Amino acid sequence: MDGIMSKNNLEYLIERNDNVYEVVIGLEVHAQVTSNSKLFSSSATKFGAEPNTQVSLVDAAFPGMLPVINEYCVKQAIRTGIGLKAKINNKSVFDRKNYFYADLPQGYQISQYKYPIVGEGNVILDMPEGQKHVGIERLHLEQDAGKSIHDVDPNNTLVDLNRSGVALMEIVSKPDLRSPDEVNAYIKKLRSIMRYLGTCDGNMQEGSLRADVNVSVRIKGSTDLGTRCEIKNVNSIKFMQMAIIYEANRQVDLIEEGEEIDQETRLFDTKKNETRSMRSKEDAHDYRYFPDPDLLPLEITDDFIDQLKSEIPELPDDKKKRFIDEFKISPYEATILVSDIDTAKYFEEVVAKMGKNRDMKLAVNWITGELFAVLNNKNIEIANSPISAKNLAKLINLIKNGTISGKIAKTIFELMLDGDIDPQIIVEEKGLKQQSDPKALEALIDKIINDNREKAIEYKQGKEKLFGFFVGQAMKASGGKANPQLINEILKKKL
Amino acid sequence: MTEITSLSLFELIKNIKEKNISSNEVAKSFIDRSEKSKKLNAYVTENFENCLKLSKEFDNKPNFDLKLPGIPIAVKDLFCTNEVRTTAGSNILNNFVPSYESTVTQNIWNEGGILLGKLNCDEFAMGSSNETSFFGNVQNPIAKDLVPGGSSGGSSSALAANLTPITIGTDTGGSIRQPASFTGTVGLKPTYGSCSRYGIVAFASSLDQAGPMSKDVKDSSILLEVISSFDKKDSTSIDFQRNNYSSELTRNIKGIKIGIPKEYRVDGMPGEIESLWKKGIEYAKDCGAEIIDISLPHTSYALPTYYIVAPAEASSNLARYDGVKYGLRSSGKSLIDMYEKTRSEGFGEEVKRRIMIGTYVLSSGYYDAYYLKAQKVRQLIKQDFDQAYNKVDAILTPSTPSSAFKIGEKSNDPVSMYLNDIFTVPVNLAGLPGISIPAGVDKNNYPLGLQIIGKPFDEQTVLNIAYSMEEKINYKTNITDWWME
Repeated sequence: MDGIMSKNNLEYLIERNDNVYEVVIGLEVHAQVTSNSKLFSSSATKFGAEPNTQVSLVDAAFPGMLPVINEYCVKQAIRTGIGLKAKINNKSVFDRKNYFYADLPQGYQISQYKYPIVGEGNVILDMPEGQKHVGIERLHLEQDAGKSIHDVDPNNTLVDLNRSGVALMEIVSKPDLRSPDEVNAYIKKLRSIMRYLGTCDGNMQEGSLRADVNVSVRIKGSTDLGTRCEIKNVNSIKFMQMAIIYEANRQVDLIEEGEEIDQETRLFDTKKNETRSMRSKEDAHDYRYFPDPDLLPLEITDDFIDQLKSEIPELPDDKKKRFIDEFKISPYEATILVSDIDTAKYFEEVVAKMGKNRDMKLAVNWITGELFAVLNNKNIEIANSPISAKNLAKLINLIKNGTISGKIAKTIFELMLDGDIDPQIIVEEKGLKQQSDPKALEALIDKIINDNREKAIEYKQGKEKLFGFFVGQAMKASGGKANPQLINEILKKKL
Repeated sequence: MTEITSLSLFELIKNIKEKNISSNEVAKSFIDRSEKSKKLNAYVTENFENCLKLSKEFDNKPNFDLKLPGIPIAVKDLFCTNEVRTTAGSNILNNFVPSYESTVTQNIWNEGGILLGKLNCDEFAMGSSNETSFFGNVQNPIAKDLVPGGSSGGSSSALAANLTPITIGTDTGGSIRQPASFTGTVGLKPTYGSCSRYGIVAFASSLDQAGPMSKDVKDSSILLEVISSFDKKDSTSIDFQRNNYSSELTRNIKGIKIGIPKEYRVDGMPGEIESLWKKGIEYAKDCGAEIIDISLPHTSYALPTYYIVAPAEASSNLARYDGVKYGLRSSGKSLIDMYEKTRSEGFGEEVKRRIMIGTYVLSSGYYDAYYLKAQKVRQLIKQDFDQAYNKVDAILTPSTPSSAFKIGEKSNDPVSMYLNDIFTVPVNLAGLPGISIPAGVDKNNYPLGLQIIGKPFDEQTVLNIAYSMEEKINYKTNITDWWME
C-alpha cells in the first residue's frame, strides 16, 4: 500500500494520489442474551460445558418437536431496545431462515426478518473531539447455531449442539461509523449499555459478542454510498479494526486502479491480517425467509413495555450526567468512571463510604490512577478488586483529614493489597501517622536550624534554593511523617 | 354376542366396565384379526406383544373411571410413540425410535388406551391414496386393489376392517376425512389449535391437525374428548373451554341453520355425488335443520392456495432430515454429498416433488407472486367462512368429488390426485372443524361421504348434526373379509 493514511483526531481518511477517501462502516452485532435457558427450549446455556450436554429434543430438531418462546429472552431484548432509546414494536414475527449446515439441526434458523422486536434507536459515543450519535436500524431475536469442530477427528467433522438455540440479539447499526476508533467506541458503548442492563455479559472471548462488519469507501465529501463488503463474524475489537483498515485500503486500491468493487461476503484472516472473499453476491444464499408457522406473532402491550421501562437501571449516559452535576467531576473523568458498570458501582461506593467530608478529586485520582494501574498490571476486573471500595474510601479520608500524607498513602496502598487490609490498622501498626503537632515540629526545626547555622545565614542572604534543603532535613528527621505544609509554614517563619 | 371386533368403541367400553369382557380378550381379538389381515398392509409396526402384556396389567388392576379403560388402539405412524418405531411412512425414518410421546397419544394412554400398533400412511402424510408410503400400498377393505384414501390410509383401512376399535389420523388437507369417506367410516378434523401438534411428525405446521377416526359419530365424540387439550408445548395450541363432547352429544338439532355453498358444485362432478349431496340436504331437513343457500366465493382458489402453502411449509419442515442426527444416513464424500445421497434415497417421489414446489414458491423473486399471494387468498377464504357463519351454524358438502379409486389409477397424475382434496382443503386453510360421515354408495357399492363444516371451536354442533344425520342415513357397511381367504 503506497498511500498515506492520515489519522488526525477528527477523522480516518485514506489519501491516494490527489484523492481523499473516507470509510463508511455499519455493524451487525450478535450479542448473546443473558438467560439461563435457550430462546425456544429449557436447555441450559452455561459456557464451557461438555459437548452436547445442554441439548434438548427441540434443540436437536427431533421429529414433531416445537419451539416455545422464552419470555425472559423477550424481556431482555425489550430492555436492550429501551437502552438503545429505540422503538419497541408491539408486534413482531419470527421467521425461518432456511439453509443446510451440519450444526443447524432444524435446517433453518428461527430469526426475525421483516418485523423485528425493536426498531430504530441511537447510541451516543464519547469521542475525544466530542459526542457522536450512531443510529440503530433494528434489533431482532434469533437462535444461535451449534458448533462444527473440524480439528479433533482427522476424518470426521464433530458437531456440538450446546450453543444450538441459544438466544442472540442482532443489533444492526446504520452506516454511521467513519473510523476504526469509532468502531471501538461503539462496541464498547453497546457492551457497556448491555452490561448495565444485564442483558448481555459482553464477553468477547466466550463469543457472547461478535460482529459482521460492513465496509465501503467513498471520496470524502460524497454523499453516495460505495459498494460494500461484509466481513463475517469478527470476534474482537482489535480484529474488527484491523479488518476495516485492510478492507478500506483494499477497496481504495481497487478504485484507484479503475476497478469495480464486488459486493461480497469476506472473511478476515487474523493470521495474515487480510480479508478474503467467501462468496460473491451471485453465490449468496437464498434463505427463503417465511413466517415460522410453529410460532404466533409476538404481541407486546404498551403496559408490558412501560413496566420494563420502569425497572430500567440508570444507564451510562444518565449516570455520566449525574456524576458531573452531583459530584462536580469533569466530563472526561465521568466518561471513564461510567464506561463500565462495575467501575461506576465501585466509584459510587467509595463516594458513599467517604461520608460527609468527601473529596471527589482524591477519589477520582486514586481510582483511575493507583487502583487502575494495579488492576491493569494484575489483569483483574474491578469487580474483584483486591482493595474494597470501603477501605479505599478510608484511605482517602485519612489523606483528607491530614492523618497521612499522599506519599505515605501510597506506601499504605501497597500494604493494603495483601488481603484488603484496613488502612487505619496499617497506620497504627506501623506508626505512619503524620506529625502535625506545631510545637513538636517547631522544636524539630529549631534543632535543624541550630545544627546548620551557616546555611541559614546563606539563605537569609538570598540563597533561596536552600529552603528545599531545610524541608528535606525536617522530613528526614521526622521519618517522613511530618506534615509537609506545616513544615513549610514553620520554616518560613523561623528562617 | 356379536364378535368383539365389530363392536363400537362405546359398546366395548360398556362391556369392559360391566366386566362382560376383559381388556386382554379385547386385545387378543383385535390382534388375532390383525394377524389374519396382513394382506391389507395396514400396519407398519406391530406392538401386539406389549399390548397383550399391558392389557393383562390393566385387567389385574382395572380402573373403570378412565375414558378408554384398557382399549387397544392402533394409531397413524405420524405420531411419535415412546420406544416404538415411528416412520411417518418414510425410508428416511425407517429406523427411528423416539424417546418421547406425542401429546395426543399420551392423552390416550393416560385415559387407559393401549398401543396396538403403528398404521401405514402416505410418506410424511403427503398423498391421498396411501400409495406414497415407503411401506407399500394399503388395501381398502371395501374391495380388492382399491385405495383406502390418504394420507391416513392405514388408519381408515384398519378401522373399516375392524383391526382397531378406533384410531387417530392427522389431517392437513383432508387426510382424515377423505380416507374416512373412502372406507365408509367417520373422520373428524378438529379446529386448528384443538389438539396439540407436539410429537406429531410435521407436514405443514399451519394446517396439520390430529383427529379421531371411528365407526360411528358417538365414538369420535368419545375420542375427541380425550385428545383435545391445551398444551403449552405447542405455541399454536389454544386454551379454550372444551365441551364434554360425548355426554353433550344430542340428536336434537331442530332449527339449526345449515348452509349449502353453491361453489362446491364443481365442474365435472359425478352425478352420484350431486345426488348424494341432495339426499344429504333432505336428511338434514328431516332432522329439523333449516337449509340456507350460501356463497363461499373464493372456493376455487383453495386448492392452488393449499398447494403453495403446504409444500412451502413442508420444504422447510423436512429440512431436518439430513442424515446428521437420526434416521437414514447414506455415506458421501463430503457433507453436501452426504445430504444429497441421504435425501435422494430417504425421500420418495411425491415428497421430493413437494419439497421442490415449496422451495420454489419461497425463493427470492417468487415469494411475493406465490407464497405471499397464497397467504392473502387464504385470508379471503377464511373471510368467506366468517361471513357465511353470520347466516348459518354449519355447512354441508360432499367429502370428496369421487369414491375410492383403484391402486395405480392416479399415481402418475399428481394433479388429478390433488383434486381429491377439493372439498376438504378449504376447511384446513380456514382452520375449521369438519367431519366426514358415510352417507351412501356409488354404482360400484363403494362408500361416499358427506362433510359437515362447523364454526371454530364448535365441534359439538358438528358432532350433533352428524349424529342426527347418521341415524337417518343408517349406513351399513358391506365389508366381506375378502382379504382373509
